[in-house]
Amino acid sequence: MTRVHDRGGWPGAGPINRAEHELSWWEKRTDALMRLMWTPERRVIRVDEMRRAIESMEPGQYEKASYYERWLHALETLLIEKGVLTREEIELKVKELDKR
Amino acid sequence: MHDDHHDDPHAPLAHDHPQTEFEKRVDAVQALLIEKGIITPDDVRRAVEEMDSRSPALGAKVIARAWVDPAFKGRLLANAKRAIAELGIEFTQEAALFAVENTEKVHHVVVCTLCSCYPRGLLGYPPDWYKSLNYRSRVVVDPRGVLKEFGLELDANVEVRVLDSTADMRYLVIPPRPAGTERMDEEELASLVTRDSMIGVARARTPALQ
Repeated sequence: MTRVHDRGGWPGAGPINRAEHELSWWEKRTDALMRLMWTPERRVIRVDEMRRAIESMEPGQYEKASYYERWLHALETLLIEKGVLTREEIELKVKELDKR
Repeated sequence: MHDDHHDDPHAPLAHDHPQTEFEKRVDAVQALLIEKGIITPDDVRRAVEEMDSRSPALGAKVIARAWVDPAFKGRLLANAKRAIAELGIEFTQEAALFAVENTEKVHHVVVCTLCSCYPRGLLGYPPDWYKSLNYRSRVVVDPRGVLKEFGLELDANVEVRVLDSTADMRYLVIPPRPAGTERMDEEELASLVTRDSMIGVARARTPALQ
């Protein structure tokens, strides 16, 4: 069975949107945080685990999400899975930062 | 407004526009990782700067050298990581790096059908279209059609090879040196090498007519 991330030859693909955007600060930081998690001295997350986390997204969610939304999803999922952070901690921190 | 809170993890985050849900979540994850001592604000800044220092200019430097120095091109094709190190470029990605040469007979174009693997160490962040579902879907089944969309029409007798990158393998395309560049020096040549020509969806620029 072809899974959602395995796009080669995916039917119904249309024209390629060649517009480009400068990465925003949150996108660059999502990229940076993920890379920091897999540096040799940390090895909190491995590249293959990150791929697995992205590839197991629900297909509709995968297709709708932007590139770094997928990375952020993987980052949160894996940090929670590994017990580094908890879902509650993240939600609480989001609310806390929101009030500032 | 992001330069004023790097050194103090507890400083309020300054934003000059309403934060999106995703910005809030990255802020939260980053703040928690700093609180737990897993990373420091400096680590984050350095990691962003490391990627910001990578751009197609690095790849262009490599290609220009390959154009003027056949022995270097040979070493680049044989062992790309070692060859680019000669130019002082460290390819920090763990994945293997392969250089492939486009000629009048063979044209290579690079994709990552599964995600977005890309020689970031030489070209910087991958462009949006490279990561797009449509490029990933189509270039492997209709490369000529896709190249045409990018404005590159290949003769029917040119063999097209699509290289599918993986987490373990990255590719750099060496585009053919444009005609009329015999008198150009390396720096001038590098200015003709575009990012897209190193992915294989375009040719190098031709020199402006004098």
